[in-house]
Amino acid sequence: MSENATTPNIQIAGLDEGQRDLDLEREAIALKVNDLALYYGEDQALKGINMRIPEKRVTAFIGPSGCGKSTLLRCFNRMNDLIDTVRITGEIRLHDENIYDKSVNVPHLRQRIGMVFQKPNPFPKSIYENVAYGLRIQGVKDRRRLDESVESALRGAALWDEVKDRLGANALGLSGGQQQRLVIARAIAVEPEVLLLDEPASALDPISTLKLEELIYELKDRFTIAIVTHNMQQAARVSDYTAFMYMGELIEFADTNTLFTNPSQKQTEDYITGRYG
Amino acid sequence: MIRDWFRSGRPWIWLNAAAVSTSVIAVVALILLIAFHGLAHFWPAQVLEAEYNPPNGEPYRLIGTITDSEQVAGVRLRDSGVPVDDTEKLYTRYTVKTGNRQALGMDFRPILAHRLSDISTPEDIMVLERREWGDFIGRLKTVREDGEVVARGDAARAALAERLERARGLAERIEEIESGRMADINYRIDQLRLDRRGLELRGEADEAALAANREQRKALEAEFADLRTELDRLKEQARRDSLTAEIMDGRVVTVPLANIVRLHYPNEMGWTDAVGHYLTMLWNFVSEEPREANTEGGIFPAIFGTVVMVLLMSVFVTPFGIIAAIYIREYARQGPVIRTIRIAVNNLAGVPSIVYGVFGLGFFVYMIGGTIDQVFYPEALPSPTFGTPGLLWASLTLALLTLPVVIVATEEGLARVPRSVREGSLALGATKAETLWRTVLPMASPAMMTGLILAVARAAGEVAPLMLVGVVKLAPSLPLDGNFPFLHLERKFMHLGFHIYDVGFQSPNVEAARPLVYATALLLIVIIVALNLVAISIRNRLREKYRNLES
Repeated sequence: MSENATTPNIQIAGLDEGQRDLDLEREAIALKVNDLALYYGEDQALKGINMRIPEKRVTAFIGPSGCGKSTLLRCFNRMNDLIDTVRITGEIRLHDENIYDKSVNVPHLRQRIGMVFQKPNPFPKSIYENVAYGLRIQGVKDRRRLDESVESALRGAALWDEVKDRLGANALGLSGGQQQRLVIARAIAVEPEVLLLDEPASALDPISTLKLEELIYELKDRFTIAIVTHNMQQAARVSDYTAFMYMGELIEFADTNTLFTNPSQKQTEDYITGRYG
Repeated sequence: MIRDWFRSGRPWIWLNAAAVSTSVIAVVALILLIAFHGLAHFWPAQVLEAEYNPPNGEPYRLIGTITDSEQVAGVRLRDSGVPVDDTEKLYTRYTVKTGNRQALGMDFRPILAHRLSDISTPEDIMVLERREWGDFIGRLKTVREDGEVVARGDAARAALAERLERARGLAERIEEIESGRMADINYRIDQLRLDRRGLELRGEADEAALAANREQRKALEAEFADLRTELDRLKEQARRDSLTAEIMDGRVVTVPLANIVRLHYPNEMGWTDAVGHYLTMLWNFVSEEPREANTEGGIFPAIFGTVVMVLLMSVFVTPFGIIAAIYIREYARQGPVIRTIRIAVNNLAGVPSIVYGVFGLGFFVYMIGGTIDQVFYPEALPSPTFGTPGLLWASLTLALLTLPVVIVATEEGLARVPRSVREGSLALGATKAETLWRTVLPMASPAMMTGLILAVARAAGEVAPLMLVGVVKLAPSLPLDGNFPFLHLERKFMHLGFHIYDVGFQSPNVEAARPLVYATALLLIVIIVALNLVAISIRNRLREKYRNLES
């Protein structure tokens, strides 16, 4: 930290000092990343990442485009496996189990670590079938259990009141914000431990974004949430902890308050004060 | 000026519009031409009576319908040995259908229009459609029973109508016995023969089994003999009535009523009668079996064969093509090998279809069919069951021919399913197979239907390979009937495309066949369009259901 570093002079809405008394050392840890490196063919996209993601907290990943934050997020549920050229070293432990171990059942892992993508991607099916999709995959056939899960997931995603009368309607007829909440309902219907959100609000209008942020706030009681966002205000508003990444490296990871008000690294400060990125 | 015009991009628009209009005009012209020539044939044409003075020969009385007319240069006529005076450069030459092939030796003759005189259309001229010898055109004289005149003159018409009704009823019963019950018994007797041969081959031909077989055979033969007697009785009855009529050269000809399919008096038909006659003829054309080496009667077996063959082909090609496409697009590692395979598949679409026919004959018919015969039908050998061209092999050959179309279309459909949807499914814990079944394939189904539409269009119009692997000029029985297993895949069948070729080029009676060529072509187009419309409507419904996320 340079000597003339001052407290960033940007005002971050929602950042409420004193409200949170957070200490990473005292948190229960959901995901632990050890020396993670990722290569796309010859290009290294992630370099020696070490971090711990606390349980039942919201952890935000910020950084300029191409810094690897989405790639890192996709490592948590092994979505990068889908790309042929990707090679990964190091490990990620979900409650002490290395998810990159050969014995891991990947579909089962993805049931434990759900994901919501940048663009709403509902299936071209009814609203009900979208939410029930994951349960049907797990082999749930009991109509009553499906009904209950669908309702509670839609309530959990704050969508129930808007769609309860048209559960049979095609999900593609919903608005963008509703679609994104539907996708979240779909993800939480399978009761994952961790919820990964990859820039969930980037395709939404401001009102939908606000609703989504309120939703995230409510969901963190039940799930460990990791969110990638390029919107610093959003990161400050919704997260407990924030990681700043740059050029494939994790530059700084701290509780959100500290990171935004008193960053320890020059690069972090430059980024959040808008000097680059 | 011109440069500005070119730079404005206008010429390009005109060029595009011209290309589109040319295509549209070509399609419309094609359909109109075929429809006109094909449909006009069924209209009850006026029958002319006239004096004709041929350029080299005695004048005679002509009765017939004009089926065609053309302008011929006088020079050409002279060169071909027809003496014409030089008053005109062009002469109109009609093709006149006189019918009565059995009496006159030919039923079409070229007539020079300017040598006709005293033309009239008498109302009492009768046209008979016969089971043999083509049409009969003449004047009704008498109606006879066992050779004795029962009605003549004006009373003859009513008597004829009444007795024709009876004759038609008898003909129907004869038909029902001959190609219905007798064919069934023949089939069963043949099965018994095969059973017996099978018993002998397997060494199980003990006395009891053979006796049982003989017993059944005897029963069937007795039944057959009964039918034979009944048939002879019916035929005897059918022979009772006949009519006599005067044809154009003044001879009086006897026609047995059993030989008459239907009759009409074209010159006295009103407009509504004509329309009724027209619709009847059209319906008979699509619903009846062909007669007289395919130059008369209908083309129902060909329609049926075409449709069944196309449906079977779809049943074979769709699952196979889709599964292959799924492997190529979803599972195979994209590299040089799969690129080579893809190029090979695409090039397969360019292989001339006759080559597929040769392959189908060599591989399906002789190799696979021959093996099937040896393993499953040894009792029928040396006469082949599956080791000969037939419906199954034709469908498989065409399935092979259209496979690239289905593969390419399905692959494109799979490629168009957004990655985000696949990831959404995988992120919920679905395996790749579950993702494919539950999400990707339904979304790609419209593309699969597109592939099927293209395949159907190509298969229904294909003729060349079929000639080698199963299509015949005249199939003795439909591939679908009441005998187990109902759908007889080993049978040969008729096909509209081949029918067109056969009637057009192999027909003994070119003039009579020509309108049928057009009519059959029209019907082929109609059937392909109908099959396509069905597929397109299914596809559009699927499209609506699985609208792409982008839209």
